[in-house]
Amino acid sequence: MSSSRPSDHIDSAPVDPTIAQPQLGFVGYLRFFWRQLTSMRTALFLLLLLAFASIPGSLVPQRSSDPNGVIQYKLDYPDLYPILDGLQVFSTYTSIWFSSIYLLLFISLIGCIIPRSVHHYRALRSRPPKTPARLNRLAGYTSVTGQTDAASAIDVARAQLKRSGYRTELYPSAHSTSSGQAGASYSVSAERGYLRETGNLVFHTALVGILVSVAIGGSFGYSGQRVVVEGQKFVNVLGDYDSFNPGRFFASDVLEPFRISLDKFEATYELENQKAIGQVTDYSAYVTTTTPGGDDQKANIKVNEPLAIGGTDVFLLGNGYAPTVTVRDPEGTVVWTDSTPFLPQDTFLTSLGVLKIPDGLSEQLGLVGFFYPTAAKLDSGALSSGFPDLLDPVLSLRVYTGDLGLDAGVPRSVYQLNTDPLTPIAGDGAVDASGAEVPALQLKIGETVELPNGLGTIELTDVKRFASFDIHRDPSQVWVLSFAILILAGLFTGLFIPRRRVWVKATQKADGTVTLEYAGLARGEDPRLEAAVTDIAAAHVKQLGLKVES
Amino acid sequence: MTLETVSLLAVYSAMAIYTLAFIAFTVDLARRSAAQPVEEVAEAAPVGMLAAASGNRASALVDRLATDAPAAAPLKRSRALRLAMGFTVLGWVLHTAGVVLRGFAAGYAPWSNMYGFAITATAIIVGVFLLVQFWQDLRFLGAYIVGFCLVFLGLATVNFYVAVTPQPPALQSAWLVIHVFVAILGTSFFALGGGLSVVQLLQSRREARGGEGMAFLATLPNAERLENLAYRLILIGFVFWTFTLIAGAVWAERAWGRYWGWDTKEVWTFIIWTIFAGYIHARATRGWRGSRSAWLAIIGFGAVMFNFTVVNLFFKGLHAYSGL
Ligand code: HEM
Repeated sequence: MSSSRPSDHIDSAPVDPTIAQPQLGFVGYLRFFWRQLTSMRTALFLLLLLAFASIPGSLVPQRSSDPNGVIQYKLDYPDLYPILDGLQVFSTYTSIWFSSIYLLLFISLIGCIIPRSVHHYRALRSRPPKTPARLNRLAGYTSVTGQTDAASAIDVARAQLKRSGYRTELYPSAHSTSSGQAGASYSVSAERGYLRETGNLVFHTALVGILVSVAIGGSFGYSGQRVVVEGQKFVNVLGDYDSFNPGRFFASDVLEPFRISLDKFEATYELENQKAIGQVTDYSAYVTTTTPGGDDQKANIKVNEPLAIGGTDVFLLGNGYAPTVTVRDPEGTVVWTDSTPFLPQDTFLTSLGVLKIPDGLSEQLGLVGFFYPTAAKLDSGALSSGFPDLLDPVLSLRVYTGDLGLDAGVPRSVYQLNTDPLTPIAGDGAVDASGAEVPALQLKIGETVELPNGLGTIELTDVKRFASFDIHRDPSQVWVLSFAILILAGLFTGLFIPRRRVWVKATQKADGTVTLEYAGLARGEDPRLEAAVTDIAAAHVKQLGLKVES
Repeated sequence: MTLETVSLLAVYSAMAIYTLAFIAFTVDLARRSAAQPVEEVAEAAPVGMLAAASGNRASALVDRLATDAPAAAPLKRSRALRLAMGFTVLGWVLHTAGVVLRGFAAGYAPWSNMYGFAITATAIIVGVFLLVQFWQDLRFLGAYIVGFCLVFLGLATVNFYVAVTPQPPALQSAWLVIHVFVAILGTSFFALGGGLSVVQLLQSRREARGGEGMAFLATLPNAERLENLAYRLILIGFVFWTFTLIAGAVWAERAWGRYWGWDTKEVWTFIIWTIFAGYIHARATRGWRGSRSAWLAIIGFGAVMFNFTVVNLFFKGLHAYSGL
C-alpha cells in the first residue's frame, strides 16, 4: 500500500532477498546503488553521520566565525595544527567530507521525494480501495447485530464519514438492488488524512529549498563593515567600506545608493545597581539616512534593531571613543587634526589607538595612545579606566619619531604602529638630552602640551563616539524564511494528522437481522485509531436507533 | 527584603519540598517492587497501532452507549505516590513563584544567565511533567524528573548564583525570550521521552528474560507501549526544537546580521535536531524499532544536556558573550 516508500520502510512489505539481488551489468548495479542510496536505512545513517561530523567544528575554532581563534590555536598547538588543518577541521562546514555527507543526504532525499510525490498525486486522485473480505483482523474491529436495513445503514454510515472529512466509496457501488437478501453484503470504504503525506512531502521538499536558497542565494549578497565617527558619514559604495566580503556572484550594481551620517551615539550605563555599576544597558546610534529620491530620514539603530534601507540591513556591531587631536608646528599652524577611533580593550573602555603624522613637522611622528574615559590611578601608579562614560577623560600618548614606513607601498593597519624602527621621544623609556626620562604625554579635553624636542604642540580638542556598522544584503533571506515556515507547517501536518482507512460493512442475515462491522487501518503512526473506530461505530449505531444485541 | 531575596528563598523552599517528593517517589517505586499488582498488568496491555484486535468489541460499545462517557475506573495507587505528586505540585508552585519574582526583580525574562536559565528550565520541566499526567499516567517517572531537577537546582544555587544585573543590549530581544522558552519546552519533552526510553530498555530486557529483573517494572507498561509513548512525546519535542532552531536564527539575524554562522551553540542545536530527525526515521525503518531507536532517544537527550551544560560553560562562542 505504500509502494512509493523506501523498501525498508516499516510499512512496506519485506522485499524478497532474491529479487533484491542486483542484476549483473552496469545498469543493474546503478539501479541497485540508487535503491540503496534512497533507502530509509541510508537516510538514517547519513543523518546520524551528519550529526557526528558536525562535532569537530564545535571543538576547534572556525575560520569563518573566529579567525583569530584559529591563529591562536596554531600558536598553542603547533604540532596538532597542521594535521587538523590538512583535515579541513578549521573550516568543518565547508570541508570536503562534511559537504559530501550532506550532498549525499540531499541526493537521497530528492530520490525519495520524487517517487513519493508521484505516488501521492495518484493517490489523491483515486478512490478508497475495495473493502477487505475479512475485517476482524483489523484495528478497532467492532461488530454489532440488530434490526435494520443493510443498504440504507451503509448510506447512513457513508454520510456520517463524509461529514467527518473522509473520502468514501461504496462497495458494491450501487446499493439499490437486491437489498434484503440473506447473505447480501454492503460496505463503505473510507479514507482520510491525505494531508499527512502532503505535509511530509512539503517538509522534505522545503529542506531541499533551504539548502538551495542558502547555497545559491547567499552568493548574490555581500556584507561589509565600516566605522563611522559622530558627525561623519558613510556612502554605500565599495571604496567607502573598511572591509568588504562579496558573495560569489556579487556585482557592485547591487549596492543600493544611500548615505548614512552618524549624528550622535549614546550609551547608557548602570549607575544604581551596586552589583553592576558601569554595565551597559543601552546603545543607540542616531543616524540620518539619505536616498537619492527621498528626503533625509532620521533613525535609531540599536543592537537588536537593525535599520533596513531597501533590501540592505545596517546593524550596530561595535562602538568606542574617537579622540579628536590637533597637532600644530612650532609656528602654531595646524598640520594635522582628526578624530581617530580607538579600540576598546576592556569593559570600562580603556581604549587603544594609533596616530600617524607623516607630514608637516620636521620629523615623521607616530603616536600610540591610551584613552581612559574615567581615569583612575592604580596602586602601581599606572592609569586605568574606572567607568565607561566620559567622567574624567584622559589621553596618554607615547610619541615616536622615525620612518613610519607609509611610503613603502605595504598596506598598514590604521590600528597598528610598528615601533621597532622608531625612536621614542616621550614614554616607552624615552630620555632627553640630559638623560632624564621623558614620561608619556597626558592630556585632558581642551589641554595643549608641547611635543618634546620643540617639534610643536598637541591638543586634545574633543572626544567623540564612533559606531561600527555591519552592512548586509542577502536576497536569499526571504526564501530561507519562507522554507523554514513551510518546514514547520509540513511537520505539523505530517506528524499530527492521522491518516487512516475505515470500513463499515453490513451483512444481511438469514434471520432478518443485520450484522454491522467496523474496522480501521492506520497508515503511519495513529495512536487514536481504535478509539476513532469505536466512536464511529457508536455514533452510527445511535443514529440508526439500533437496539444492540451483543 | 528585596524581591531577589524572596525569589531565592522560594527556590530554596521548592528544593526542600522537591526533596520530600523525591523520597516519596522512591518509596513508591520500592513498594511497587514488593507488591505484584494484578490490575495494573491488565492495564498495560498493548494498544499499539498495529495490534490486532481479536476480541469482539461489542461489549465495550454497549458500555459506551449506555453511559456515553468513558468508563475508566481510576486505579488505586499507593499513598506514597499521591504524597509525592502533592509535594511536587507544591514545590512547583513555589519554584514558579521564585522564577516570576526574579523576573520582576530584573525587569525582564530572567533566563539570560546560567542561574536564571537553570531555575526557569527546571520549573518548565516539572510543569510539563505535571501537565502530561492529564494525558497519560507517567507518575512512575517522578523520581527521575524531580531528582534531575533537584540536581540542577542544587548546582545552580550553589555554583552559579549571581545577583540580578541589567540586561545587556545583545540580549534585549523578544526573539531570544521565545527562542529560549521554546527550547526548554522541547527539552522537557525530550527529557520525558529519554526517561521512557530508559525504562523501555529495562523493560524489554526483562521481557526477554521472561519477566526476571527489577520487580517494579512489572507494574509499568510493557516495552512496546513505552516506546509508543516515548515516540509521541519526542515528536512534540521535535516540533518545539525545530521552532527553536528557526527562532534562534531569526534572533541571530537581528543581533548579528547573519541567521546562521556555525557558532558552537548553533552547531549543537543542529546536532540535536539531526539526531532526533534520525530517531524519527529510525522508528519508520525496519530493524530499527525497539531498543535501537530507544538508544537514539537517549543519545539525543544526552546531547541536549551536553549542550546546556558543557557547551554553555566550557565552549567558546557568541552565546557566551554578553555585551558588545
Ligand atoms: C535531510 C535529511 C532529512 C531530514 C532532516 C528528515 C526529517 C524527517 C522528519 C522530521 C520526519 C517526520 C516528519 C513527517 O513525517 O513529516 C521524516 C519522515 C520521513 N522521512 Fe525524512 N528526513 C530527511 C531525509 C529523508 C530521506 C533521504 C528519506 C528517504 C529515504 C526520507 C524519508 C522519510 C519518510 C519515508 C518519512 C515518513 C516516516 C514515517 O512514516 O513516519 N527522509 N523525515
